[in-house]
Amino acid sequence: MKDFILKRMAAIILPFICVYGFYVILHGHVSPGGSFAGGIIVGLSLIAYSTIYGIAKGRAKLPEKVLVWTESYGTLWYGLMGMVGIVKGVPFLANKLAGVNLGNPGTLSSGGLISLIGFGVGIRVASTMVTLFFTMMEE
Amino acid sequence: MRIRSFLLLLLALPVIYGVLIAVAELPPYGMPDNPVHNQVSERYISDALDDTGVLNMVTAIVLDYRAYDTMFETIVLFTATLAVVITLKTRKGEGER
Amino acid sequence: MKELFGKLIMNYPYFAAAILFMIGALTVLTRSDLLKKLIGINIMESAIFLIFVAGGNIRGGVAPLLSKANSGAVYVNPLPSALMLTGIVVSVSVTAFALALIVRLHRAYGTIDLQRIAELRSEVAMDDSNHHT
Repeated sequence: MKDFILKRMAAIILPFICVYGFYVILHGHVSPGGSFAGGIIVGLSLIAYSTIYGIAKGRAKLPEKVLVWTESYGTLWYGLMGMVGIVKGVPFLANKLAGVNLGNPGTLSSGGLISLIGFGVGIRVASTMVTLFFTMMEE
Repeated sequence: MRIRSFLLLLLALPVIYGVLIAVAELPPYGMPDNPVHNQVSERYISDALDDTGVLNMVTAIVLDYRAYDTMFETIVLFTATLAVVITLKTRKGEGER
Repeated sequence: MKELFGKLIMNYPYFAAAILFMIGALTVLTRSDLLKKLIGINIMESAIFLIFVAGGNIRGGVAPLLSKANSGAVYVNPLPSALMLTGIVVSVSVTAFALALIVRLHRAYGTIDLQRIAELRSEVAMDDSNHHT
């Protein structure tokens, strides 16, 4: 698109939307929201960037390599976090049973493995939305 | 055509009546003693903070109590992306219907 | 009859979900355009999400977030919300894959109308049988 106003407004607003998405992902355990909602906000900010500035520029910002990397290693990260329980000798994906320090409730570092797992899931959801969009748009 | 739509309406009326009866016989909306609020959700509400140290109970359920569920959910997303990319990016079998 | 309507008004979210579900089912059954069929499936999914989340609600309850402000309050059931999160993800996946299949069908047949595709297929089959005899 060639609209000057749209491009300038997007340049102002979109970075804040992206950062807000990361905020929602990282604060999923102390406030409303969570990894799925935050991941979709991050993905939608990138989708809006590629619709406004053109698909080629969006591709330049997020090359295929990065998308494939986040897609695959996001899932693997979940399994690795589950392995913490196995290493400690308790069931897969255990959190409190595995003896992880749960921290002070209400702070960012609370919840043990939950925030780490949530970060991985959020990144995965964002990259899934962006991949689906790019694949459909390049038809 | 008119007779046909009239007959279809006659066929649809019992279905609509059945749905209305089913909706009316559900437990009253928004009451705290509905059978939905059984011991499972009571346990989640009372023990979520002790078990997980998380204030948001939905996150506690999704990422701790039912973490297996969420793991395979991410695998569902992964498979869907894979299927979409494979379906759209392959050019094999083009033009032969 | 009056009692029935009273119960219906009391259960208005379930009633809305039933109406939504019937709209979606009607769309799926009567439209031959594949995109419209997909929209109907999505409407039916929304009806299911609505009935689950409404079933977990309590009048006067607060959202299931622990904080000092709502200590002693009745919390809404968090389980249906968590389950519907899974449902939404599956719905997104199904929609994306169905859209990909529709794009593929359009590439092969030049149309996404189910009736038209069936006609084209029967024409191709008749051509084939003519060649063989």
